[in-house]
Amino acid sequence: MARSPVKLAQASVAALVVALVLGPLLAVFIAAGGWLRLAAGDGRVVWFTLWQAAASAGLSCALAVPVARALARRQFAGRGAVIMLMGAPFLLPGIVAVMGLIAVFGKSGVVSQGLGLLTQAWLPFAGGQFDAVWPRSVSIYGVQGVLLAHVFLNLPLVVRMLLAGWQAIPAERFRLAGSLGMAPGAIARHLGRPMLRAVLPGAALVVFLVCLSSFAVALTLGGGPGATTVELAIYQAVLFEFDLNRAAALAVVQVGLCTAAVAVAGRISLPAAFGPGLDRMGLVAGPAGWRRGADAVWIGVAVMFVLGPLGAVVAGGLPGVVGLPGSVWAAAGRSVLVAVLSAGLAVSAAVVLAQARAGWVALAAMLPMAASGLALGTGMFLLVHPLIRPAAVALPVTVLVNSAVALPFVYRLIVPEMRSLQNDYGRLQVALGMPAWALFRLVTLPRLRRVLGFGAGVAAALSMGDLGVNVLFAADAATLPVVVARLMGSYQTDLAASAALLLVACSFALFALCDQWGRHAAT
Amino acid sequence: MLQLDGMRAEAGQFGVTADWAVPAGARVALIGPSGAGKSTLLLALAGFVPLTAGRVLWEGRDLGPLAPAARPVSMLFQDQNLFPHLTVAQNMGLALAPNLRLTAAQHMEVDQVLARLGLRGMGGRKPGALSGGQAGRAALGRVLLQARALLLLDEPFSALGPGLKAELLTLVAELAVGATVLMVTHDPDDARRFADLTVLVADGVAAAPVPTEALFAEPPPALRQYLG
Repeated sequence: MARSPVKLAQASVAALVVALVLGPLLAVFIAAGGWLRLAAGDGRVVWFTLWQAAASAGLSCALAVPVARALARRQFAGRGAVIMLMGAPFLLPGIVAVMGLIAVFGKSGVVSQGLGLLTQAWLPFAGGQFDAVWPRSVSIYGVQGVLLAHVFLNLPLVVRMLLAGWQAIPAERFRLAGSLGMAPGAIARHLGRPMLRAVLPGAALVVFLVCLSSFAVALTLGGGPGATTVELAIYQAVLFEFDLNRAAALAVVQVGLCTAAVAVAGRISLPAAFGPGLDRMGLVAGPAGWRRGADAVWIGVAVMFVLGPLGAVVAGGLPGVVGLPGSVWAAAGRSVLVAVLSAGLAVSAAVVLAQARAGWVALAAMLPMAASGLALGTGMFLLVHPLIRPAAVALPVTVLVNSAVALPFVYRLIVPEMRSLQNDYGRLQVALGMPAWALFRLVTLPRLRRVLGFGAGVAAALSMGDLGVNVLFAADAATLPVVVARLMGSYQTDLAASAALLLVACSFALFALCDQWGRHAAT
Repeated sequence: MLQLDGMRAEAGQFGVTADWAVPAGARVALIGPSGAGKSTLLLALAGFVPLTAGRVLWEGRDLGPLAPAARPVSMLFQDQNLFPHLTVAQNMGLALAPNLRLTAAQHMEVDQVLARLGLRGMGGRKPGALSGGQAGRAALGRVLLQARALLLLDEPFSALGPGLKAELLTLVAELAVGATVLMVTHDPDDARRFADLTVLVADGVAAAPVPTEALFAEPPPALRQYLG
């Protein structure tokens, strides 16, 4: 059959992905040589990692429900913009999100300032008994900061998942509820709750998985014995303690945690992430009365919560952007190159793999989910460091690991579209005897362009903002997020702010370019 | 001659057996209740469903080892005959060059077929900008350009009204001269209008073809039950 070269390509891409993930992990396993090499405090690190991921997932989901419900049942000017805004934090580099949050919630941020003013105004009247318990200021560093940042990054994602869930409820059911004269409580019980029961577990698990591998947030806001994640501990073991054995042992633990979570995820149907174009108008008017006001408050608070840190990044960084030193621009150039290459690799691999129906190919495509970026990076480090100076291969390794990490995401995005394309036009393609390349050029690319553009955009933005791998390798080939982290670490706040703005501008621009290309799809 | 030599094909819940032959150039209707195996039979002839027994021969040659595109068969599906993102002319051009690199002569051929189908000047349109009847004509143009000896129609134009459907079937009869045509249909009028032979498919068996008029003049019990 003429399709065997295609099958061969699928098998070899799948094998490459498996090798790319299992090779470094194997190196890690060998280097770890048993679990006993964990240091004394590592139990606490594992406990904190699990605890903060669970708490972040719980908080994000609990707060997302009222926001998504309000967005689903209210019509107002700018509703589309609000929904789009909810997509922004997912693409925001973690390090930039942290800077924005520090600007708003940090010691000199608006929240602390406001609290200080309130204290001065109110405390003299309240009397001495409040003096001891009234907070003069809140610190963003530590556990509460890590949770705040995780909620900031993931709450909007859950909002969009739940919004999709609400919009997937057939309008007829709402009309039926209306004609039966159901009260808002009854509508929630009969329509909202079944949907939430179906969507929330998967959404929580997605957030849990994301936070399990949290690195940028833990590095900048956490740290210390009380707020160190496994990923952060790997980084510290490699860079500060030069203890590769401990790093390897931690990487084994991290892979174990991720694999367990992914295994659970396999039993729960995960919500369809967030696809393009969720702005279908809500068909049914929401209840009147106090609920209208409550919905407005929820939407307003969510918008301010997302917009505040974003605005702070822009305001803080804008004055210094033009004067950024050449080294920062060079890092930006490297980052864009890495992002473009890894997005291209991830999308190409996903397209090839999505055409296959064999179960093991699907498994190979999802395999990188079980490995975190730093675990993979540590393995790569262990593999190359006896052979060559790790810094010399920093960029290729970053490209490879970033594309592997993005692959499951892009793959999951493409597969349903590819399946329906095959179901609708598979026989016609075969009847016409289209060769593989003509099929790709004339059918697959034009029909899938929208989702390919979107997937490439997400992959590029994720790679652009990734702090995980490059930081292990880069001495002189640092990417932009690494430079931002270094500037923050050396208290060059203004420079860091401007570099962060450049970073977020590059991320959003890459996403917008790819997505725009996809939107010019022929229909 | 098309020979179905003790063949059996199965697709999911549906299975069908057939053991008969029709002469080249015949126009054959396949009629019978839903789920009897009519579409399965066509898909097996086109090579989309593997045979579990017997053989299919065209002019003495076994079609079994041939991939769908290598068979002397063109097929009009129930739907999804046109790629919505390609123009009508491109869709039809795929029949001549599956990579769409058409020679000047092939472009002219597409234009001629467009004209014969009454679609002159509509080659640049996307299928979404056509009426149902025009889209049916464009799909027909694709199979005509493929110019294969066997033309298989799976409930063609069934989404169109009876008038348009009759008009398009007349067009098929006019244009597919010399081709052997097998058409699946639910509608006895289609069979009477179009086919000189009719095959009754019931309970997984495709009976030997009989002259259409004779069949409907004295319907066997299975057909009488189907016609109601």
